[in-house]
Amino acid sequence: MATATNYIGQPTSRVDGTAKVTGAAKYAAEYNVPDLTYGYVVSSEIAKGKITKLDTREALAIPGVLQIFTHENRPNLAWFDSSYKDDIAPPGSPFRPLYDAEVKYSGQPIALVVAEEFEVARYAASLVRVEYAPKPHETDLNEKREEAYEPPKKRSGIPPPAKPRGDAERAFDNAAVQHEAEYRHAIEHHNPMEMHASTVVWEGNGKITVYDKTQGAQNSQGYVAGIFGFKQDDVRVISSYIGGAFGSGLRPQYQLFLAVLAARELKRSVRVTLTRQQMFTFGYRPDTIQRLALGATADGTLEAFMHDALANTSQFEDFQEDDVNWSGLLYKCANTKFTYKLAQLDLYTPIDMRAPGGATGMYAIEAAMDELAYKTGVDPIELRLKNYSEKDQNKDKPYSSKELRECYRQAAEKFGWSKRTSEPRSMRDGKELVGWGMATGIWEAFQQKASAKATLGLDGKLEVGSATTDIGTGTYTIMTQIAAETLGIPIDDVTFKLGDSTLPTSPVEGGSWTASSIGSAVKVVCDAVGEKLFKIAQEMDGYSFADVDYKDVAFSQGKLRLKRDASHAVPIVDVMRYGKINAIEEEATSSPNYLKQNGYSSYAHSAVFVEVKVDEELGMIRVTRAVNAVAGGRILNPKTARSQVLGGVVWGISMALHEETYTDHNLGRFMNHNLAEYHVPVNADIHDIEVIFVEEHDEIVNPIGAKGLGEIGIVGTAAAVANAVYHATGKRVRDLPITIDKLL
Amino acid sequence: MNNFSYTRASDVGNAVAEIAADNHAKFIAGGTNLIDLMKENVVRPTRLVDITRLPLNEITENDDGGLRLGALCTNADTAYNEQIERRYPLLSSAILAGASPQLRNMATDGGNLLQRTRCYYFYDTATPCNKREPGTGCSAINGFNRIHAILGTSDECIATHPSDMCVALAALEAVVQVTGKNGERVIPFADFHRLPGDTPHIDNNLKPDEIITAIDLPKQGFAENYTYLKLRDRASYAFALVSVAAALDMDGDTIKEARIALGGVAHKPWRNAEAEAMLNNQSATSENFQKVAEAIIRDAKGFGHNTFKIGLAKRAIVRALAQAAAGKPQPIAEKKIL
Repeated sequence: MATATNYIGQPTSRVDGTAKVTGAAKYAAEYNVPDLTYGYVVSSEIAKGKITKLDTREALAIPGVLQIFTHENRPNLAWFDSSYKDDIAPPGSPFRPLYDAEVKYSGQPIALVVAEEFEVARYAASLVRVEYAPKPHETDLNEKREEAYEPPKKRSGIPPPAKPRGDAERAFDNAAVQHEAEYRHAIEHHNPMEMHASTVVWEGNGKITVYDKTQGAQNSQGYVAGIFGFKQDDVRVISSYIGGAFGSGLRPQYQLFLAVLAARELKRSVRVTLTRQQMFTFGYRPDTIQRLALGATADGTLEAFMHDALANTSQFEDFQEDDVNWSGLLYKCANTKFTYKLAQLDLYTPIDMRAPGGATGMYAIEAAMDELAYKTGVDPIELRLKNYSEKDQNKDKPYSSKELRECYRQAAEKFGWSKRTSEPRSMRDGKELVGWGMATGIWEAFQQKASAKATLGLDGKLEVGSATTDIGTGTYTIMTQIAAETLGIPIDDVTFKLGDSTLPTSPVEGGSWTASSIGSAVKVVCDAVGEKLFKIAQEMDGYSFADVDYKDVAFSQGKLRLKRDASHAVPIVDVMRYGKINAIEEEATSSPNYLKQNGYSSYAHSAVFVEVKVDEELGMIRVTRAVNAVAGGRILNPKTARSQVLGGVVWGISMALHEETYTDHNLGRFMNHNLAEYHVPVNADIHDIEVIFVEEHDEIVNPIGAKGLGEIGIVGTAAAVANAVYHATGKRVRDLPITIDKLL
Repeated sequence: MNNFSYTRASDVGNAVAEIAADNHAKFIAGGTNLIDLMKENVVRPTRLVDITRLPLNEITENDDGGLRLGALCTNADTAYNEQIERRYPLLSSAILAGASPQLRNMATDGGNLLQRTRCYYFYDTATPCNKREPGTGCSAINGFNRIHAILGTSDECIATHPSDMCVALAALEAVVQVTGKNGERVIPFADFHRLPGDTPHIDNNLKPDEIITAIDLPKQGFAENYTYLKLRDRASYAFALVSVAAALDMDGDTIKEARIALGGVAHKPWRNAEAEAMLNNQSATSENFQKVAEAIIRDAKGFGHNTFKIGLAKRAIVRALAQAAAGKPQPIAEKKIL
């Protein structure tokens, strides 16, 4: 595998960087078209009940107001739930905006005011008078423990808890060392910089173009077409740039529905942008209570591992994520039992948020492993190595690659772990207690079916496209690299198009699968172009390509070459001229090779080490150092890859110390719905973060050997911080975030 | 449109006349709080009187040896003013502990005194709030009150004043110069902000037809022994959970005079003169600091989520006094606490 490359594996700056920093990159709410109108959403003030009166007269009387859409005047739309189910929808009955008088959660959109100007719409929205008949609501997961249930219908793509192995309860009861505790984290919101927005351009002839903030242009396209009765081809969805999404754009959000509804009724172009406050009125990472029960021998060998998760969902859908299966992948244990339950609250349905399930489950698992390390007196790394799993016990399969041992070794060495004294409160620096903690990270290396097309012109320029999106991860860049590498074309002559529903089919951008899935499709389609070139070249006089196969040639510096003699080469452009073709166009699909992959489990792994300093009297916590060693297969672009892991580590620190959506259970409402009070770290909170990529070769996971890095950085980081706080203070805080009030 | 008229005041007299003519008029200067409040529908002025062109943006010497801050000096210009940095570093330090550079560049010194609370409920018109709508009730008392007051609260309101700058001004015993229809008057800083009592909608004692023209700093700046210690959930761009402005007049190890003002704990910068006097002519020991802290916090009352502030405030006072006595003020950009 380790052949020299020109582009893949090179630290390449973002190809879209200039467009982004100069403002040339346009986001969904930035497309200005003639006669654009503006919608402003009116949100419910109660958590549950019925709207008894909706008086829009005063608002409608404001000059410039075109219409106010409510459940009372909503046109008839698709009837069956299936029309409202997008690609990512969990089991249940999707929320339908403006459906009827029922209020299901605080902040629910109950009206859309459309006006000629944004300010007019916003003002008129404040004049919509609403009366409610409230009903008692419940937003506290703790109060619903008794009503928890196992989701009867499983969410597609989310593995349910693995079947029990052995007899975990008995093994736990008989274990020499036991650790049992409950871990919890609060609801968290994604809070991307860019608010959700949709600009719907009324094209006439029953066609619309939608500029949507989405992680899946074709997902939004299907949703709109299905609900509003458009032909699929009459709805074009474009999402060229996305100002962060982190999962919040995986499903079509209600601003899309409302903007399309208004455009169709008014036959005008409509833009709906949510406010920052309204960014707290749809999906979020669910509140999750996890019970961990670990039994071990005196030397730390695991004998029982039980993991029970209880997460909240809405009253209408069973959102699910994989919180509980991770220990079966990481730690060898004969007796295990995992359960996953939901409780319905009067809130909107949760939605995937960076490393859904992994960030949640691995926080609890790795915090519990740290507690077990203290109970057994075994060093935390030793404990993990002692129980290191060589196979996926949930599926009884070997790993396609797993360099986790090397992650532990390299991160520990870089961090200086050997200098740690294990006793809590044993390390200090002046008035501060010093804590060193570590944890493991793991994330699935998915590959999805995806398609791409490529067009090579006689000018030597290559355009490649797929309907995927780039949520800031660097998709534009790495796809350009893969295409440039495969066809040996200078990177500046390659353009990658994405975020357009008319491009070849792609799954939503999520699950860290884009690099591997779209990347594989790009490689396959570029190879299809390459084979066409090769076939022509075989007929050319003066070259000896006729005697070899495609696998014996390679492309570099604009030439087709023999692998065994790179000096034997023909310019690509000469080949095209010889073949009398002006352009080569190919479209191809890459699917996971189940025959090859099914025998294996594929995951990215990491080891994260963190140093905290805690003011002994005042409880102020600083994360002064972090080292994260990642084994993620082939690293396509060390620069964008490092950025992904850095961002993940920052978010892990944020999860551990800062992030929490405050719910007022009396009102059933999120109260810190702005960026002043919903805390994420500022620059001054973040210090040294070192990212190490551990060499890992994997020819099974997918054709390009990459595992995806969008999520691995956050997984385990929160546990490492929490473990470091314990080492520093001797205080085990088991509900995140660990704030000053919990440490005092 | 959310219609309002806009006028630009030509001089202080004209500004007062404009504001007096309309009950729903508001002055606008930096706009860093008012514009937010308007966007959230918390306040809806019918008239904005722009005072940014008034000649109130200089820092000048007073006859008594103190300094006068024009009401329209920006927070940034004040914090980085050479005289303020040298003679009143406590004030500089407190200003820089607040908000962000962008906000400090816009926000004015007069406006800083008038900023409204950051209570979540006050900003959310979907919820009852006595400060926003008198008589509707206080959602915070039995709600989510982690950032709320522990001192001087009432059954009507437990909001805090969010300013850092004002905590320093309280410790420095600044004087607020105001002009109204009936002429000029001065308001000692301690009398400027109010406790909520049964009128939580009234934040301060500035009359509706009055304008702040200046803030006078007395000569004594406590430049040797001071600190502004702000404890918060992140290192910047967060309001204080508890903050302490400590200023000591020392003679060797003996404290001649102590000033201790607290932020994040009450509806106004909190001082307790009786408790502070316990340090007069005492030595700077942690036992003495402990006693004062206990005395200042004695009547504190928590409401659940914010009860931790009682213990935190005590510890913060002790630490701040130690920093001030040692002449080692807390560096603002440093999350590590000295």
